[in-house]
Amino acid sequence: MQVIESGNVAAALGVKLARAQVVAAYPITPQTPLTEKLSELIESGQMEAEYVPVESEHSALAVCIAATSAGARSFTATSANGLLYMHEQIQWAAGARLPLVMCVVNRGVGAPWTVWNDHQDSISQRDTGWIQLYANDHQQIIDTTLKAFALAEEVMVPVMVCYDGYLLSHTYMPFDVPDAGLVDRFLPPYRPAYSLDPKRPANLNTVTLPDVRPDIRGNMTHGYMEIRHLLHEDMLEAIPALARVDEKFKASFGRGGNPYLEGYRCEDAEYVAVSLGSLSYHLRDVVDALRNEGVKVGVMSVHLYRPFPAQIVAEALKGFKGLVVFEKALSYGYQGTLTSDLKSALYASTWNAGRRPFVINYILGLGGREITSPDLYHALKQSCTPDGPDGNETRWIGLKFFG
Amino acid sequence: MQVKTNILSLPEEELVYPGNRACAGCALGIAYRIGLKALGPDTIIVVPPSCLTVLQGLYPVAATRIPSLNVTFASTAAAATGVLAALKAQGKKGVNVVGWAGDGGTADIGLQSLSGACERGDDFLYVCYDNEAYMNTGVQRSGTTPKGAITANTPYKGKLQQKKDVSAIIAAHGIEYVGTTSAAYPLDLYDKFRKALTFGGVKYIHIHIPCPPGWGFAPQYAVKVGKLAVETGLFELSEIEHGRLRHTGASRKLMEKRKLLPVREYFRSQSRFNAITDEEIEAIQQNVTKRWECYFESLDDIEGEE
Amino acid sequence: MKKKNEGDYCKRISFSEAGPGDAGRTGSWRVLRPVMDPQTCTPAKRNAPSCYICWLYCPDGVISRTVPPKIDYQYCKGCGICAQECPTKAIVMVEESSFIKE
Repeated sequence: MQVIESGNVAAALGVKLARAQVVAAYPITPQTPLTEKLSELIESGQMEAEYVPVESEHSALAVCIAATSAGARSFTATSANGLLYMHEQIQWAAGARLPLVMCVVNRGVGAPWTVWNDHQDSISQRDTGWIQLYANDHQQIIDTTLKAFALAEEVMVPVMVCYDGYLLSHTYMPFDVPDAGLVDRFLPPYRPAYSLDPKRPANLNTVTLPDVRPDIRGNMTHGYMEIRHLLHEDMLEAIPALARVDEKFKASFGRGGNPYLEGYRCEDAEYVAVSLGSLSYHLRDVVDALRNEGVKVGVMSVHLYRPFPAQIVAEALKGFKGLVVFEKALSYGYQGTLTSDLKSALYASTWNAGRRPFVINYILGLGGREITSPDLYHALKQSCTPDGPDGNETRWIGLKFFG
Repeated sequence: MQVKTNILSLPEEELVYPGNRACAGCALGIAYRIGLKALGPDTIIVVPPSCLTVLQGLYPVAATRIPSLNVTFASTAAAATGVLAALKAQGKKGVNVVGWAGDGGTADIGLQSLSGACERGDDFLYVCYDNEAYMNTGVQRSGTTPKGAITANTPYKGKLQQKKDVSAIIAAHGIEYVGTTSAAYPLDLYDKFRKALTFGGVKYIHIHIPCPPGWGFAPQYAVKVGKLAVETGLFELSEIEHGRLRHTGASRKLMEKRKLLPVREYFRSQSRFNAITDEEIEAIQQNVTKRWECYFESLDDIEGEE
Repeated sequence: MKKKNEGDYCKRISFSEAGPGDAGRTGSWRVLRPVMDPQTCTPAKRNAPSCYICWLYCPDGVISRTVPPKIDYQYCKGCGICAQECPTKAIVMVEESSFIKE
């Protein structure tokens, strides 16, 4: 069914189709219309779920962690400082191996306060052991939300579905809402391997010693480090698992095929712009303009950021002359994290290659600073040269200093 | 009216295994054993960092025979809400959901989520076991540490601030049942647990828990010290049912007898009060006496009604 | 798609099952051992279930509610609450070292 709706509503409809059973909701701009829509769907009986209006984001994820541990499919959503407030719980959910799905409506972090879009919130959670998927438009928001539940429950790792605040959350686009019956076949009910049950009592996530120790049957069993190692292993396993989920989705709904990367005019490109989220689509216009001038440039969007599909990314990008990475976040004191991750992947795969692409990093759009096509055009025009960058420093676009 | 329990009518089955890591003489051990008997095996318990976490066992051995969920420090009540929501969503009935936290996890870091749960009216039992400090991390002061108590971070002058009246704060949310009890009075504790489960929304029980190493007395006196707290009138066994306060058990008897033991006996039984002067004890005694005089007078009104 | 069974999943998380002795043989903590005198213990004397205050107050639940009550010395930590609270003083705390066989 084709609708014209906002990105937040696209996410809400995805959660409804996924038949989430417990929804924890705390309001924060620009996520609020998402949870408001869910409350409308639940109160009107269109969606059967427990709607829990919590008193903080930390509690929102606490509710989801506990609900999933007790056997229910759970969901929450947040942005910026709400995500930061949840950080302790984000780490907890990953270590507890719970298949939670959370939408992060990307917004900049305080201090100082901002409500506008950038990626600093989700990027700050990069290393927590959550799977991170970035959507570029409304269709991808609803599709990725559905795939997220399937993937999470397959590998037992929580998934963050990230999409740009305001740019996607509050704009209206046409998209297809998948058929509920087909979704039920794609995503069966949540059947956990274990959930809290008096008939099968167990104590979850108690203090775990540094070293291994015998269980009640006298068998030696894992320690903390093994449990964390298995999280890492299963995250790596999520890379091929995502491809399988994507394939199954494509067979059911006719959309997909680019689970990790989505390229535009990269086939014959010499230089490729790389980014996360809706900026990649904005860059397509700029790419077209540059192509008209004979600059052989393309743009590649990264959908799966964690686990980082390093081999796939390196294979896809190592043959280009140069990569220009546009990021709406950075690791302060160093550079954009996507830039670092790219360079790291390329390092391994171009060790004996004799040549490797140059990588330039642009930081832009922080706190919602407007990203203009002329700015992008100039940055790409300057960067896409055979000799590569002049200096290796991270560059900023759109700064306005006075005096 | 609920039939009062006696020792022989308590369930015999133990839902906690021995050989756990609680200190010798830990009054939480008493409260937890008896509390679980009241709850029964069809219970899911949520536990934040606390002595109870450790009593419940280190991976992969659990001392507790009911399903338990360890959660982050601030989130006990929110997690209990989550368990409840999941059970409801799956149509599972007949399971008691309990959040069981220490005084730090309730009155300090956990207060926000508990307040939220009370306001939402989520149907679970919240138990605060109050050993009056962050005992698990080595006896640091908490919101419920009494004034004058020496702790690891109030080492010479003793705590300068008053003990937080948590049960009053929770009662102000208008929940249906708030009970205060003590590990020294396990039958009163058992009855309150059983009674609390008959109410809706969040039920709150506050348990006074003497702690031998933290309070500074020999382990064999754990029950004696607990009884002194009540018999001096410093700690009250009570319940607030739909907003109406009444005292129970030994505290009720004090109202009838109109006689309290001197608070001095309580303060001088524990080395944590070594910094309290006789003058300060006298001031506390006056406050306690005044408060209980109001209770003695109100007994006439209550007995008039009954 | 691969389906993980309970055993597979529980290996990946901190999953503890119930059993005694998480802290080992806590009887080894004892400095003093509670010894019960059947002549003075009420249920033992009466040969009928009664009193059981020691059972009620034991923090570790190592006293059985039987006739007579039995103390599990494998796990008894020797706290002395039972001796302190026994109304007939039937329980006496004795030096643990006197029970160690040479």
